[in-house]
Amino acid sequence: MSDTLSRTPLFALHVELGGRIVPFAGWEMPVQYTGIIEEHMAVRKTAGLFDVSHMGEARVRGRDAAKFLDGIMTNEMSTIKVGMARYTVMCQPDGGCVDDLIVYRLAEEEFLICLNASNAPKDIAWMRAHLGSHQVEVLDECAAWAQLALQGPLAEQILALVTSTPLASIKRFGFVLGEVAGATGCIISRTGYTGSLGFEIYLPAASAEKVARALLTSGKPHGLVPAGLGARDSLRLEANYPLYGHEISERISPIQAGLGWTVKFAKPAFIGREALHRQAQGGPTSSVVLFSLDDRRIARQGAVVYSGETPVGEVLSGTQSPVLGKPIGTALVAAGHASSASLTVDIRGNRIPLHLATEPFVK
Amino acid sequence: MSNVPADLHYTKDHEWIKVAADGTAVIGITDHAQAALGDVTFVDLPKVGAAFNHGDVFGTVESVKAASDLYSPISCEVLEANSGLNNSPDLVNREPYGGAWMIKVKVKNPAELASLLDAAGYAATL
Repeated sequence: MSDTLSRTPLFALHVELGGRIVPFAGWEMPVQYTGIIEEHMAVRKTAGLFDVSHMGEARVRGRDAAKFLDGIMTNEMSTIKVGMARYTVMCQPDGGCVDDLIVYRLAEEEFLICLNASNAPKDIAWMRAHLGSHQVEVLDECAAWAQLALQGPLAEQILALVTSTPLASIKRFGFVLGEVAGATGCIISRTGYTGSLGFEIYLPAASAEKVARALLTSGKPHGLVPAGLGARDSLRLEANYPLYGHEISERISPIQAGLGWTVKFAKPAFIGREALHRQAQGGPTSSVVLFSLDDRRIARQGAVVYSGETPVGEVLSGTQSPVLGKPIGTALVAAGHASSASLTVDIRGNRIPLHLATEPFVK
Repeated sequence: MSNVPADLHYTKDHEWIKVAADGTAVIGITDHAQAALGDVTFVDLPKVGAAFNHGDVFGTVESVKAASDLYSPISCEVLEANSGLNNSPDLVNREPYGGAWMIKVKVKNPAELASLLDAAGYAATL
């Protein structure tokens, strides 16, 4: 890792908009502008615009591209239709996660993959190390792309103000290539990480500021606000979306994380298949649970989870849910306790009952 | 720029204290502190009668981002905790020097006040 922090093409705009800049995954990013709760609620009720240009991109192309990806990803890649995207995990042989990713099929033999910021160099090296004899190349396009996430119930209406590209026909997890605010060569994708409706827009880095300003100006009368990483985290946790390094990691597999639906054992072979199959058959030694608290204190990462007086797990993520008005979080809990009604969490010496949730808090 | 009223004393840890002539004082956190914390969701305050030495943790203020300890600027005994913060913790963000006072205390050793920062001294630390 380099000691110097990277800046996205929108850094100057963040500062101009009053964003509070913090280091995140090697980047200087805005954690909030006016306040996490206000930005969070804007995404639930109107719309928010996030700069997610720190995310990485890799292009995988060649005659064997789909076959190659099927061998390193848990989900099925060869059946993705051109113009559609799919969520997947890339695993180690022991089932731990290298990263979780969104794979966009641009053409029969060409894919664009969205990588987590902190994992991007590792992911690209991993993919290149497993090329084998496949006729495929992995191109690092992290610097070429900026990404904006326009999220919220009014996202489509607002995006339509600055693009001539038809949006209504884009299905969930579908995408089109098009123009946004005069910037050509954009990928407009109906995906997101908030649990609200919305789009993610991949655009040439040089066009990012122009497009962001156009969206903010056109969207402002409709309630669009710039939103930071703080709201992004509380939104994704309400929707029970995993964050790499928390709910999934090199030590927490997709089976443990409740992402078994992304693991396609019907595929003949992929890295991690045997270890994941054993976990799926025998049950993992620990698994991730979603919870809320009837308390004012937030259970934060590392807080210990108890069954009676026995420590049985630890909190992975915790925040205040603006929609519920109470603390929510996730925890990794030992096998046999993942549906227990009698778990507590220690917050500064207080034992607070965990209320396990079987559904995301927003859908 | 954050607001630093001239009539208060301050700690380097961003608490303020306002001392009255009758030997009581009111304690809270500064405008700078509330801005750094972001949206406050909970303030955990001590019970009436609790006693603290200078520098002891007397409570916790929790925001969406983090939980931060509150340090007693002086040795004191708690006379009252602000129950209004129970229902409106966001007062800390809106009125850090007013409605969001945290505890009212009896000052044990007035000589300790001399070790605190005045407004200019505190502003210079920001």
